[in-house]
Amino acid sequence: MKKYDENVVLAIVLLLSMVLVAVDLLTTRDAHAEYGDVVINKYSEAAGMRPVVFPHWFHRVRFRCKVCHADLGFKFEAGGNEINMLKIIDGEYCGACHDGDLAWSVENCDLCHSGAPGTPTQVHESTLQKLVAPTGGKATE
Amino acid sequence: MSIVKNLITPAATVIAVFILLLFLVNKESHSADPNQFNRLMAPPSKRNPPPTEDGIHDGPGASMLQTPKSAFGTLPKSKSGNYIDWVKALDEKKIQPRYDRNDPEVQPIVMDLNIVHEVKGSMPNVVYPHKQHTEWLDCSNCHPAIFVPQKGANNITMASILLGEKCGVCHGKVAFPVSECRRCHSQKKKQSAGAKAAAK
Ligand code: HEC
Ligand code: HEC
Ligand code: HEC
Ligand code: HEC
Ligand code: HEC
Ligand code: HEC
Repeated sequence: MKKYDENVVLAIVLLLSMVLVAVDLLTTRDAHAEYGDVVINKYSEAAGMRPVVFPHWFHRVRFRCKVCHADLGFKFEAGGNEINMLKIIDGEYCGACHDGDLAWSVENCDLCHSGAPGTPTQVHESTLQKLVAPTGGKATE
Repeated sequence: MSIVKNLITPAATVIAVFILLLFLVNKESHSADPNQFNRLMAPPSKRNPPPTEDGIHDGPGASMLQTPKSAFGTLPKSKSGNYIDWVKALDEKKIQPRYDRNDPEVQPIVMDLNIVHEVKGSMPNVVYPHKQHTEWLDCSNCHPAIFVPQKGANNITMASILLGEKCGVCHGKVAFPVSECRRCHSQKKKQSAGAKAAAK
Protein backbone atom coordinates (compact mmCIF):
# COMPACT_ATOMS: atom_id res chain seq x y z
CA MET A 1 0.00 0.00 0.00
CA LYS A 2 1.32 3.43 -0.84
CA LYS A 3 1.90 5.98 1.90
CA TYR A 4 -0.71 8.54 0.83
CA ASP A 5 -3.43 5.90 0.68
CA GLU A 6 -2.96 5.24 4.36
CA ASN A 7 -3.25 8.93 5.12
CA VAL A 8 -6.41 9.26 3.09
CA VAL A 9 -7.97 6.27 4.87
CA LEU A 10 -6.92 7.75 8.20
CA ALA A 11 -8.30 11.17 7.37
CA ILE A 12 -11.62 9.60 6.40
CA VAL A 13 -11.79 7.54 9.60
CA LEU A 14 -10.97 10.61 11.70
CA LEU A 15 -13.52 12.77 9.92
CA LEU A 16 -16.20 10.10 10.12
CA SER A 17 -15.75 9.57 13.84
CA MET A 18 -15.84 13.30 14.47
CA VAL A 19 -19.04 13.64 12.45
CA LEU A 20 -20.58 10.70 14.31
CA VAL A 21 -19.71 12.17 17.69
CA ALA A 22 -20.96 15.61 16.66
CA VAL A 23 -24.27 14.24 15.36
CA ASP A 24 -24.65 12.15 18.50
CA LEU A 25 -24.02 15.09 20.81
CA LEU A 26 -26.42 17.34 18.92
CA THR A 27 -29.30 14.90 18.59
CA THR A 28 -29.27 13.80 22.21
CA ARG A 29 -29.45 17.38 23.47
CA ASP A 30 -33.16 17.40 24.34
CA ALA A 31 -34.89 20.62 25.14
CA HIS A 32 -36.74 20.48 28.44
CA ALA A 33 -37.57 24.14 28.78
CA GLU A 34 -39.69 25.79 31.45
CA TYR A 35 -43.43 25.24 30.88
CA GLY A 36 -44.90 28.01 28.73
CA ASP A 37 -41.63 29.42 27.34
CA VAL A 38 -42.38 30.65 23.81
CA VAL A 39 -39.69 30.72 21.14
CA ILE A 40 -40.48 33.28 18.43
CA ASN A 41 -38.42 32.79 15.30
CA LYS A 42 -40.41 34.01 12.32
CA TYR A 43 -37.95 36.68 11.30
CA SER A 44 -35.07 36.68 13.80
CA GLU A 45 -32.72 34.05 12.40
CA ALA A 46 -33.45 34.98 8.80
CA ALA A 47 -32.25 38.48 9.80
CA GLY A 48 -29.12 37.14 11.52
CA MET A 49 -30.33 37.38 15.13
CA ARG A 50 -30.82 34.56 17.65
CA PRO A 51 -34.49 33.53 18.08
CA VAL A 52 -36.51 35.34 20.77
CA VAL A 53 -37.46 33.49 23.97
CA PHE A 54 -40.49 34.81 25.87
CA PRO A 55 -40.88 33.41 29.42
CA HIS A 56 -44.57 33.27 30.47
CA TRP A 57 -43.80 32.37 34.09
CA PHE A 58 -41.68 35.49 34.59
CA HIS A 59 -44.28 37.83 33.12
CA ARG A 60 -47.37 36.26 34.76
CA VAL A 61 -45.85 36.85 38.19
CA ARG A 62 -46.02 40.56 37.31
CA PHE A 63 -48.99 40.88 34.94
CA ARG A 64 -52.34 39.12 34.41
CA CYS A 65 -52.88 37.48 31.02
CA LYS A 66 -55.42 40.22 30.24
CA VAL A 67 -52.74 42.92 30.06
CA CYS A 68 -51.01 41.28 27.10
CA HIS A 69 -53.74 39.19 25.53
CA ALA A 70 -56.56 41.77 25.71
CA ASP A 71 -55.05 45.25 26.19
CA LEU A 72 -51.96 44.77 24.01
CA GLY A 73 -53.59 42.42 21.51
CA PHE A 74 -51.20 39.44 21.62
CA LYS A 75 -53.09 36.53 20.00
CA PHE A 76 -53.01 33.12 21.72
CA GLU A 77 -50.70 31.59 19.14
CA ALA A 78 -46.93 31.22 19.07
CA GLY A 79 -45.86 33.10 15.96
CA GLY A 80 -49.41 34.35 15.45
CA ASN A 81 -48.44 37.99 15.87
CA GLU A 82 -46.51 39.95 13.29
CA ILE A 83 -43.90 41.33 15.69
CA ASN A 84 -40.85 43.21 14.45
CA MET A 85 -38.37 45.75 15.82
CA LEU A 86 -40.02 48.78 14.19
CA LYS A 87 -43.31 48.01 15.96
CA ILE A 88 -41.43 47.40 19.21
CA ILE A 89 -39.63 50.75 19.19
CA ASP A 90 -42.97 52.39 18.32
CA GLY A 91 -44.43 51.00 21.55
CA GLU A 92 -46.38 48.00 20.24
CA TYR A 93 -46.15 44.40 21.54
CA CYS A 94 -43.05 43.95 23.76
CA GLY A 95 -42.34 47.64 23.24
CA ALA A 96 -45.41 48.64 25.26
CA CYS A 97 -43.42 47.72 28.37
CA HIS A 98 -39.80 47.39 27.28
CA ASP A 99 -39.47 51.13 26.89
CA GLY A 100 -36.80 51.99 29.46
CA ASP A 101 -39.54 53.05 31.86
CA LEU A 102 -41.71 50.10 32.92
CA ALA A 103 -39.04 47.56 31.91
CA TRP A 104 -35.55 47.74 30.43
CA SER A 105 -35.39 49.02 26.88
CA VAL A 106 -34.71 47.49 23.46
CA GLU A 107 -30.95 48.05 23.39
CA ASN A 108 -30.60 44.90 25.49
CA CYS A 109 -30.85 42.75 22.38
CA ASP A 110 -29.34 39.65 24.00
CA LEU A 111 -31.95 39.42 26.77
CA CYS A 112 -34.78 38.83 24.27
CA HIS A 113 -32.74 37.29 21.44
CA SER A 114 -31.44 34.53 23.72
CA GLY A 115 -32.68 31.46 21.79
CA ALA A 116 -30.49 28.59 20.67
CA PRO A 117 -29.89 28.86 16.91
CA GLY A 118 -32.22 26.62 14.91
CA THR A 119 -35.01 26.54 17.50
CA PRO A 120 -38.34 26.89 15.67
CA THR A 121 -41.33 29.01 16.74
CA GLN A 122 -43.30 27.08 19.37
CA VAL A 123 -44.57 27.05 22.93
CA HIS A 124 -42.51 24.65 25.02
CA GLU A 125 -43.70 21.67 27.10
CA SER A 126 -47.21 21.86 25.57
CA THR A 127 -49.50 18.81 25.54
CA LEU A 128 -48.97 18.41 21.81
CA GLN A 129 -45.20 18.77 21.98
CA LYS A 130 -45.04 16.14 24.69
CA LEU A 131 -47.45 13.76 22.96
CA VAL A 132 -45.52 13.91 19.72
CA ALA A 133 -42.06 13.81 21.29
CA PRO A 134 -42.43 12.64 24.89
CA THR A 135 -39.07 13.96 26.10
CA GLY A 136 -39.81 17.43 24.72
CA GLY A 137 -38.77 19.05 21.45
CA LYS A 138 -35.23 18.77 20.20
CA ALA A 139 -32.96 21.74 20.54
CA THR A 140 -31.80 21.06 17.02
CA GLU A 141 -33.87 19.57 14.28
CA MET B 1 10.43 15.10 7.91
CA SER B 2 9.76 11.37 7.48
CA ILE B 3 10.29 10.80 11.23
CA VAL B 4 7.57 13.29 12.03
CA LYS B 5 5.29 11.63 9.48
CA ASN B 6 6.01 8.22 10.94
CA LEU B 7 5.01 9.47 14.38
CA ILE B 8 1.92 11.36 13.29
CA THR B 9 0.28 8.43 11.54
CA PRO B 10 0.19 6.03 14.53
CA ALA B 11 -0.69 8.87 16.91
CA ALA B 12 -3.58 9.88 14.70
CA THR B 13 -4.70 6.26 14.40
CA VAL B 14 -4.79 5.94 18.17
CA ILE B 15 -6.83 9.16 18.44
CA ALA B 16 -9.25 8.03 15.75
CA VAL B 17 -9.80 4.66 17.42
CA PHE B 18 -10.23 6.39 20.79
CA ILE B 19 -12.90 8.75 19.43
CA LEU B 20 -14.74 5.84 17.82
CA LEU B 21 -14.65 3.92 21.09
CA LEU B 22 -15.93 6.96 22.98
CA PHE B 23 -18.79 7.18 20.51
CA LEU B 24 -19.68 3.52 20.93
CA VAL B 25 -19.49 3.61 24.74
CA ASN B 26 -21.59 6.79 24.74
CA LYS B 27 -24.23 5.18 22.48
CA GLU B 28 -24.25 2.15 24.73
CA SER B 29 -24.79 4.26 27.86
CA HIS B 30 -27.99 5.83 26.62
CA SER B 31 -29.65 2.80 25.20
CA ALA B 32 -28.65 -0.31 27.09
CA ASP B 33 -29.74 0.12 30.71
CA PRO B 34 -32.80 -2.15 31.13
CA ASN B 35 -33.54 -0.64 34.56
CA GLN B 36 -33.70 2.93 33.34
CA PHE B 37 -36.41 5.11 34.93
CA ASN B 38 -37.75 8.33 33.40
CA ARG B 39 -37.19 7.10 29.86
CA LEU B 40 -40.10 9.12 28.49
CA MET B 41 -40.37 11.64 31.32
CA ALA B 42 -38.18 14.41 32.65
CA PRO B 43 -36.76 13.36 36.03
CA PRO B 44 -37.43 15.66 39.02
CA SER B 45 -33.88 17.00 38.86
CA LYS B 46 -34.62 18.45 35.42
CA ARG B 47 -37.76 20.38 36.44
CA ASN B 48 -37.70 24.18 36.34
CA PRO B 49 -34.29 24.17 34.60
CA PRO B 50 -32.17 27.33 34.56
CA PRO B 51 -32.17 29.04 31.12
CA THR B 52 -28.54 28.07 30.53
CA GLU B 53 -29.41 24.35 30.73
CA ASP B 54 -32.89 24.18 29.18
CA GLY B 55 -31.81 23.44 25.61
CA ILE B 56 -33.57 26.45 24.06
CA HIS B 57 -31.36 29.29 25.31
CA ASP B 58 -27.95 30.32 24.05
CA GLY B 59 -25.68 33.34 23.85
CA PRO B 60 -24.59 36.09 26.24
CA GLY B 61 -28.14 36.97 27.40
CA ALA B 62 -28.99 33.50 28.69
CA SER B 63 -26.83 33.68 31.81
CA MET B 64 -28.36 37.04 32.80
CA LEU B 65 -31.93 35.70 32.94
CA GLN B 66 -33.59 34.77 36.21
CA THR B 67 -33.81 31.05 36.99
CA PRO B 68 -37.37 29.83 37.69
CA LYS B 69 -36.27 28.11 40.90
CA SER B 70 -34.92 31.34 42.37
CA ALA B 71 -38.32 32.98 41.85
CA PHE B 72 -40.59 30.06 42.80
CA GLY B 73 -39.15 29.43 46.27
CA THR B 74 -42.11 30.53 48.41
CA LEU B 75 -44.94 29.87 45.94
CA PRO B 76 -47.44 27.01 46.52
CA LYS B 77 -46.48 23.92 44.52
CA SER B 78 -48.41 21.78 42.03
CA LYS B 79 -47.69 18.51 40.27
CA SER B 80 -46.96 19.63 36.73
CA GLY B 81 -46.44 22.56 34.37
CA ASN B 82 -44.45 25.22 36.18
CA TYR B 83 -44.92 23.06 39.33
CA ILE B 84 -46.65 26.13 40.81
CA ASP B 85 -50.32 26.38 41.80
CA TRP B 86 -51.00 29.79 40.29
CA VAL B 87 -54.56 29.93 41.66
CA LYS B 88 -53.33 29.51 45.22
CA ALA B 89 -50.37 31.81 44.67
CA LEU B 90 -52.81 34.55 43.70
CA ASP B 91 -55.35 33.78 46.47
CA GLU B 92 -52.64 33.83 49.11
CA LYS B 93 -51.32 37.09 47.64
CA LYS B 94 -47.87 35.51 47.16
CA ILE B 95 -47.92 37.20 43.76
CA GLN B 96 -49.69 40.42 42.80
CA PRO B 97 -49.73 40.53 39.02
CA ARG B 98 -51.04 43.80 37.63
CA TYR B 99 -54.43 43.92 35.91
CA ASP B 100 -53.43 47.23 34.33
CA ARG B 101 -50.04 47.60 32.71
CA ASN B 102 -49.14 50.84 34.48
CA ASP B 103 -51.44 51.15 37.49
CA PRO B 104 -50.84 48.56 40.24
CA GLU B 105 -54.05 49.63 42.03
CA VAL B 106 -56.58 48.57 39.36
CA GLN B 107 -58.59 45.53 40.52
CA PRO B 108 -59.86 42.79 38.19
CA ILE B 109 -63.58 42.49 37.39
CA VAL B 110 -64.24 39.04 38.81
CA MET B 111 -67.39 37.09 37.94
CA ASP B 112 -68.41 34.16 40.13
CA LEU B 113 -70.40 31.82 37.88
CA ASN B 114 -69.83 28.08 37.71
CA ILE B 115 -70.89 26.09 34.67
CA VAL B 116 -71.22 22.36 35.29
CA HIS B 117 -70.77 19.93 32.43
CA GLU B 118 -72.00 16.42 33.04
CA VAL B 119 -69.58 13.88 31.67
CA LYS B 120 -70.58 10.54 30.19
CA GLY B 121 -68.82 7.55 31.72
CA SER B 122 -66.88 7.20 34.95
CA MET B 123 -65.07 10.55 35.17
CA PRO B 124 -66.40 13.17 37.61
CA ASN B 125 -68.31 16.11 36.12
CA VAL B 126 -66.45 19.18 34.92
CA VAL B 127 -66.98 22.41 36.84
CA TYR B 128 -65.92 25.42 34.80
CA PRO B 129 -65.36 28.32 37.25
CA HIS B 130 -65.60 31.88 35.89
CA LYS B 131 -64.07 33.18 39.13
CA GLN B 132 -60.53 31.83 38.76
CA HIS B 133 -60.55 32.72 35.06
CA THR B 134 -61.72 36.30 35.36
CA GLU B 135 -59.00 36.87 37.98
CA TRP B 136 -56.52 36.53 35.13
CA LEU B 137 -58.44 37.05 31.92
CA ASP B 138 -60.87 39.39 30.18
CA CYS B 139 -64.27 38.13 28.91
CA SER B 140 -63.05 38.93 25.39
CA ASN B 141 -60.20 36.44 25.74
CA CYS B 142 -62.76 33.61 25.55
CA HIS B 143 -66.04 35.06 24.28
CA PRO B 144 -66.94 34.59 21.51
CA ALA B 145 -63.81 33.31 19.74
CA ILE B 146 -63.18 30.22 21.90
CA PHE B 147 -66.61 29.74 23.56
CA VAL B 148 -70.11 30.95 22.68
CA PRO B 149 -71.35 32.38 26.01
CA GLN B 150 -74.19 29.94 26.45
CA LYS B 151 -74.25 26.86 28.59
CA GLY B 152 -73.88 23.67 26.52
CA ALA B 153 -73.55 25.53 23.21
CA ASN B 154 -69.96 24.44 22.76
CA ASN B 155 -69.06 20.93 21.75
CA ILE B 156 -66.18 20.38 24.16
CA THR B 157 -64.46 16.98 24.23
CA MET B 158 -61.29 15.65 25.81
CA ALA B 159 -59.89 14.97 22.33
CA SER B 160 -60.22 18.61 21.29
CA ILE B 161 -58.64 19.74 24.59
CA LEU B 162 -55.65 17.47 24.00
CA LEU B 163 -55.28 18.94 20.51
CA GLY B 164 -55.05 22.45 21.94
CA GLU B 165 -58.61 23.61 21.25
CA LYS B 166 -61.36 24.85 23.65
CA CYS B 167 -60.00 24.59 27.22
CA GLY B 168 -56.76 23.32 25.61
CA VAL B 169 -56.05 26.75 24.11
CA CYS B 170 -54.58 27.61 27.53
CA HIS B 171 -54.50 24.37 29.52
CA GLY B 172 -51.50 22.36 28.39
CA LYS B 173 -49.65 25.45 27.20
CA VAL B 174 -49.59 28.17 29.87
CA ALA B 175 -52.36 27.40 32.41
CA PHE B 176 -52.10 24.11 34.38
CA PRO B 177 -51.61 21.06 32.12
CA VAL B 178 -54.21 18.50 31.09
CA SER B 179 -52.56 15.88 33.30
CA GLU B 180 -54.20 17.44 36.38
CA CYS B 181 -57.57 15.81 35.61
CA ARG B 182 -59.22 16.44 38.96
CA ARG B 183 -58.86 20.19 38.89
CA CYS B 184 -61.43 20.23 36.03
CA HIS B 185 -63.24 16.97 36.78
CA SER B 186 -64.03 18.11 40.31
CA GLN B 187 -67.73 17.32 40.91
CA LYS B 188 -68.67 13.88 42.16
CA LYS B 189 -71.48 12.42 40.09
CA LYS B 190 -74.91 11.99 41.59
CA GLN B 191 -75.84 8.34 41.66
CA SER B 192 -77.43 7.69 38.28
CA ALA B 193 -81.07 6.55 38.04
CA GLY B 194 -79.95 3.15 36.79
CA ALA B 195 -77.57 2.59 39.69
CA LYS B 196 -80.25 3.62 42.20
CA ALA B 197 -82.74 1.20 40.68
CA ALA B 198 -80.16 -1.60 40.80
CA ALA B 199 -79.43 -0.85 44.48
CA LYS B 200 -83.10 -1.30 45.52
C1 HEC C 1 -38.11 43.21 24.29
C2 HEC C 1 -37.59 42.15 23.51
C3 HEC C 1 -36.66 42.49 22.34
C4 HEC C 1 -35.50 43.21 22.37
C5 HEC C 1 -34.87 43.89 23.58
C6 HEC C 1 -34.97 43.20 21.03
N1 HEC C 1 -35.78 42.46 20.22
FE1 HEC C 1 -35.49 42.13 18.23
N2 HEC C 1 -37.26 41.12 18.15
C7 HEC C 1 -38.10 40.86 19.23
C8 HEC C 1 -39.22 40.08 18.77
C9 HEC C 1 -40.35 39.54 19.64
C10 HEC C 1 -39.03 39.89 17.38
C11 HEC C 1 -39.92 39.07 16.41
C12 HEC C 1 -39.26 37.71 16.40
C13 HEC C 1 -39.52 36.84 15.22
O1 HEC C 1 -40.66 36.76 14.76
O2 HEC C 1 -38.55 36.18 14.76
C14 HEC C 1 -37.80 40.56 17.03
C15 HEC C 1 -37.26 40.61 15.73
C16 HEC C 1 -36.05 41.14 15.40
C17 HEC C 1 -35.49 41.14 14.06
C18 HEC C 1 -36.17 40.59 12.80
C19 HEC C 1 -37.39 41.42 12.44
C20 HEC C 1 -37.04 42.86 12.11
O3 HEC C 1 -37.61 43.75 12.77
O4 HEC C 1 -36.19 43.10 11.26
C21 HEC C 1 -34.26 41.74 14.15
C22 HEC C 1 -33.28 41.97 13.01
C23 HEC C 1 -34.06 42.12 15.52
N3 HEC C 1 -35.15 41.73 16.26
C24 HEC C 1 -32.95 42.75 16.00
C25 HEC C 1 -32.82 43.27 17.28
C26 HEC C 1 -31.71 44.05 17.75
C27 HEC C 1 -30.49 44.43 16.92
C28 HEC C 1 -31.95 44.37 19.04
C29 HEC C 1 -31.12 45.25 19.98
C30 HEC C 1 -30.89 46.60 19.51
C31 HEC C 1 -33.20 43.75 19.41
N4 HEC C 1 -33.71 43.10 18.31
C32 HEC C 1 -33.78 43.83 20.66
C33 HEC C 1 -37.89 41.25 20.52
C34 HEC C 1 -36.84 42.01 20.98
C1 HEC D 1 -46.24 40.06 29.17
C2 HEC D 1 -47.17 39.60 28.20
C3 HEC D 1 -47.90 38.30 28.39
C4 HEC D 1 -48.62 37.86 29.49
C5 HEC D 1 -48.78 38.56 30.82
C6 HEC D 1 -49.17 36.60 29.12
N1 HEC D 1 -48.82 36.28 27.84
FE1 HEC D 1 -49.42 34.64 26.81
N2 HEC D 1 -48.27 35.19 25.22
C7 HEC D 1 -47.47 36.32 25.19
C8 HEC D 1 -46.65 36.29 24.00
C9 HEC D 1 -45.63 37.32 23.60
C10 HEC D 1 -46.99 35.10 23.31
C11 HEC D 1 -46.40 34.59 21.97
C12 HEC D 1 -47.07 35.29 20.85
C13 HEC D 1 -46.35 35.12 19.52
O1 HEC D 1 -45.53 34.21 19.40
O2 HEC D 1 -46.62 35.90 18.60
C14 HEC D 1 -48.02 34.44 24.10
C15 HEC D 1 -48.67 33.27 23.72
C16 HEC D 1 -49.64 32.64 24.48
C17 HEC D 1 -50.37 31.47 24.08
C18 HEC D 1 -50.22 30.73 22.76
C19 HEC D 1 -49.39 29.49 22.89
C20 HEC D 1 -49.53 28.66 21.64
O3 HEC D 1 -48.72 28.75 20.75
O4 HEC D 1 -50.52 27.94 21.55
C21 HEC D 1 -51.24 31.17 25.11
C22 HEC D 1 -52.23 30.03 25.17
C23 HEC D 1 -51.02 32.15 26.15
N3 HEC D 1 -50.06 33.03 25.73
C24 HEC D 1 -51.73 32.16 27.33
C25 HEC D 1 -51.48 33.05 28.38
C26 HEC D 1 -52.12 32.96 29.66
C27 HEC D 1 -53.15 31.94 30.07
C28 HEC D 1 -51.61 33.98 30.40
C29 HEC D 1 -51.91 34.32 31.84
C30 HEC D 1 -51.69 33.30 32.81
C31 HEC D 1 -50.66 34.71 29.57
N4 HEC D 1 -50.60 34.11 28.35
C32 HEC D 1 -49.97 35.83 29.96
C33 HEC D 1 -47.45 37.34 26.12
C34 HEC D 1 -48.04 37.29 27.37
C1 HEC E 1 -46.92 44.05 30.07
C2 HEC E 1 -45.55 44.47 30.00
C3 HEC E 1 -44.55 43.62 29.26
C4 HEC E 1 -44.63 43.14 27.98
C5 HEC E 1 -45.74 43.34 26.97
C6 HEC E 1 -43.41 42.40 27.74
N1 HEC E 1 -42.61 42.42 28.86
FE1 HEC E 1 -40.85 41.46 29.11
N2 HEC E 1 -40.69 42.20 30.98
C7 HEC E 1 -41.57 43.08 31.57
C8 HEC E 1 -41.07 43.46 32.88
C9 HEC E 1 -41.73 44.43 33.86
C10 HEC E 1 -39.84 42.79 33.05
C11 HEC E 1 -38.91 42.88 34.25
C12 HEC E 1 -37.98 44.04 34.03
C13 HEC E 1 -37.02 44.22 35.18
O1 HEC E 1 -36.38 43.25 35.56
O2 HEC E 1 -36.91 45.35 35.63
C14 HEC E 1 -39.64 41.99 31.83
C15 HEC E 1 -38.56 41.16 31.62
C16 HEC E 1 -38.34 40.42 30.48
C17 HEC E 1 -37.26 39.50 30.28
C18 HEC E 1 -36.18 39.17 31.28
C19 HEC E 1 -36.61 38.11 32.24
C20 HEC E 1 -35.55 37.88 33.29
O3 HEC E 1 -35.19 36.70 33.47
O4 HEC E 1 -35.09 38.84 33.91
C21 HEC E 1 -37.36 39.02 29.00
C22 HEC E 1 -36.45 38.02 28.32
C23 HEC E 1 -38.50 39.64 28.41
N3 HEC E 1 -39.11 40.47 29.33
C24 HEC E 1 -38.91 39.44 27.10
C25 HEC E 1 -40.06 39.97 26.55
C26 HEC E 1 -40.47 39.77 25.17
C27 HEC E 1 -39.70 38.99 24.14
C28 HEC E 1 -41.64 40.43 25.02
C29 HEC E 1 -42.52 40.52 23.77
C30 HEC E 1 -42.81 39.29 23.08
C31 HEC E 1 -41.97 41.04 26.30
N4 HEC E 1 -40.98 40.74 27.20
C32 HEC E 1 -43.12 41.77 26.55
C33 HEC E 1 -42.76 43.51 31.04
C34 HEC E 1 -43.25 43.19 29.80
C1 HEC F 1 -61.43 31.27 30.17
C2 HEC F 1 -62.52 31.49 29.32
C3 HEC F 1 -63.69 32.36 29.77
C4 HEC F 1 -63.67 33.65 30.22
C5 HEC F 1 -62.47 34.55 30.44
C6 HEC F 1 -65.04 34.04 30.42
N1 HEC F 1 -65.88 33.01 30.12
FE1 HEC F 1 -67.92 33.04 30.12
N2 HEC F 1 -67.97 31.06 29.63
C7 HEC F 1 -66.85 30.26 29.42
C8 HEC F 1 -67.28 28.89 29.23
C9 HEC F 1 -66.37 27.69 28.98
C10 HEC F 1 -68.70 28.89 29.34
C11 HEC F 1 -69.62 27.65 29.21
C12 HEC F 1 -69.97 27.42 27.79
C13 HEC F 1 -70.63 26.09 27.58
O1 HEC F 1 -71.27 25.59 28.50
O2 HEC F 1 -70.52 25.56 26.46
C14 HEC F 1 -69.09 30.27 29.58
C15 HEC F 1 -70.42 30.71 29.70
C16 HEC F 1 -70.78 32.01 29.87
C17 HEC F 1 -72.16 32.48 29.88
C18 HEC F 1 -73.40 31.63 29.68
C19 HEC F 1 -73.95 31.16 30.99
C20 HEC F 1 -75.18 30.32 30.84
O3 HEC F 1 -75.70 29.92 31.88
O4 HEC F 1 -75.62 30.05 29.71
C21 HEC F 1 -72.11 33.83 30.07
C22 HEC F 1 -73.29 34.79 30.15
C23 HEC F 1 -70.72 34.21 30.21
N3 HEC F 1 -69.94 33.09 30.07
C24 HEC F 1 -70.26 35.49 30.44
C25 HEC F 1 -68.95 35.83 30.68
C26 HEC F 1 -68.50 37.15 31.12
C27 HEC F 1 -69.42 38.35 31.34
C28 HEC F 1 -67.15 37.09 31.25
C29 HEC F 1 -66.21 38.18 31.73
C30 HEC F 1 -66.51 38.74 33.02
C31 HEC F 1 -66.75 35.73 30.89
N4 HEC F 1 -67.86 34.99 30.57
C32 HEC F 1 -65.43 35.28 30.87
C33 HEC F 1 -65.52 30.68 29.36
C34 HEC F 1 -65.09 31.96 29.72
C1 HEC G 1 -57.96 31.70 27.83
C2 HEC G 1 -57.27 30.73 28.61
C3 HEC G 1 -58.08 29.64 29.33
C4 HEC G 1 -59.07 28.85 28.81
C5 HEC G 1 -59.61 28.85 27.39
C6 HEC G 1 -59.50 27.99 29.88
N1 HEC G 1 -58.78 28.25 31.01
FE1 HEC G 1 -59.02 27.34 32.84
N2 HEC G 1 -57.59 28.57 33.62
C7 HEC G 1 -56.85 29.48 32.92
C8 HEC G 1 -55.91 30.13 33.82
C9 HEC G 1 -54.89 31.17 33.44
C10 HEC G 1 -56.15 29.59 35.10
C11 HEC G 1 -55.40 29.93 36.38
C12 HEC G 1 -54.58 28.75 36.86
C13 HEC G 1 -53.36 28.42 36.03
O1 HEC G 1 -52.86 29.23 35.26
O2 HEC G 1 -52.86 27.27 36.16
C14 HEC G 1 -57.23 28.63 34.94
C15 HEC G 1 -57.79 27.91 35.99
C16 HEC G 1 -58.77 26.94 35.84
C17 HEC G 1 -59.41 26.23 36.93
C18 HEC G 1 -59.18 26.50 38.41
C19 HEC G 1 -58.37 25.46 39.07
C20 HEC G 1 -58.24 25.70 40.54
O3 HEC G 1 -57.30 25.15 41.11
O4 HEC G 1 -59.07 26.42 41.12
C21 HEC G 1 -60.26 25.32 36.37
C22 HEC G 1 -61.15 24.34 37.09
C23 HEC G 1 -60.19 25.50 34.93
N3 HEC G 1 -59.28 26.48 34.64
C24 HEC G 1 -60.93 24.78 34.01
C25 HEC G 1 -61.10 25.14 32.70
C26 HEC G 1 -62.03 24.49 31.78
C27 HEC G 1 -62.92 23.32 32.13
C28 HEC G 1 -61.92 25.13 30.60
C29 HEC G 1 -62.71 24.88 29.33
C30 HEC G 1 -64.16 24.87 29.44
C31 HEC G 1 -60.92 26.17 30.76
N4 HEC G 1 -60.43 26.14 32.03
C32 HEC G 1 -60.50 27.05 29.76
C33 HEC G 1 -56.94 29.77 31.57
C34 HEC G 1 -57.88 29.24 30.71
C1 HEC H 1 -58.86 21.87 31.47
C2 HEC H 1 -59.90 21.08 32.03
C3 HEC H 1 -59.84 19.54 31.89
C4 HEC H 1 -58.83 18.72 32.28
C5 HEC H 1 -57.50 19.09 32.91
C6 HEC H 1 -59.26 17.37 31.98
N1 HEC H 1 -60.51 17.40 31.42
FE1 HEC H 1 -61.59 15.76 30.76
N2 HEC H 1 -63.05 17.01 30.09
C7 HEC H 1 -63.06 18.39 30.22
C8 HEC H 1 -64.24 18.91 29.56
C9 HEC H 1 -64.64 20.38 29.48
C10 HEC H 1 -64.93 17.80 29.03
C11 HEC H 1 -66.23 17.81 28.22
C12 HEC H 1 -67.43 17.81 29.10
C13 HEC H 1 -68.68 17.88 28.26
O1 HEC H 1 -69.09 16.83 27.76
O2 HEC H 1 -69.19 18.97 28.05
C14 HEC H 1 -64.16 16.61 29.40
C15 HEC H 1 -64.53 15.30 29.07
C16 HEC H 1 -63.86 14.17 29.48
C17 HEC H 1 -64.30 12.80 29.26
C18 HEC H 1 -65.57 12.38 28.56
C19 HEC H 1 -65.34 12.02 27.13
C20 HEC H 1 -65.10 13.21 26.27
O3 HEC H 1 -64.10 13.23 25.53
O4 HEC H 1 -65.89 14.15 26.31
C21 HEC H 1 -63.35 12.00 29.80
C22 HEC H 1 -63.35 10.48 29.82
C23 HEC H 1 -62.31 12.84 30.36
N3 HEC H 1 -62.65 14.14 30.15
C24 HEC H 1 -61.17 12.37 30.98
C25 HEC H 1 -60.15 13.18 31.44
C26 HEC H 1 -58.89 12.68 32.00
C27 HEC H 1 -58.54 11.22 32.17
C28 HEC H 1 -58.15 13.77 32.33
C29 HEC H 1 -56.73 13.82 32.88
C30 HEC H 1 -55.71 13.22 32.05
C31 HEC H 1 -58.92 14.94 32.00
N4 HEC H 1 -60.12 14.55 31.46
C32 HEC H 1 -58.49 16.24 32.21
C33 HEC H 1 -62.10 19.17 30.84
C34 HEC H 1 -60.90 18.71 31.35
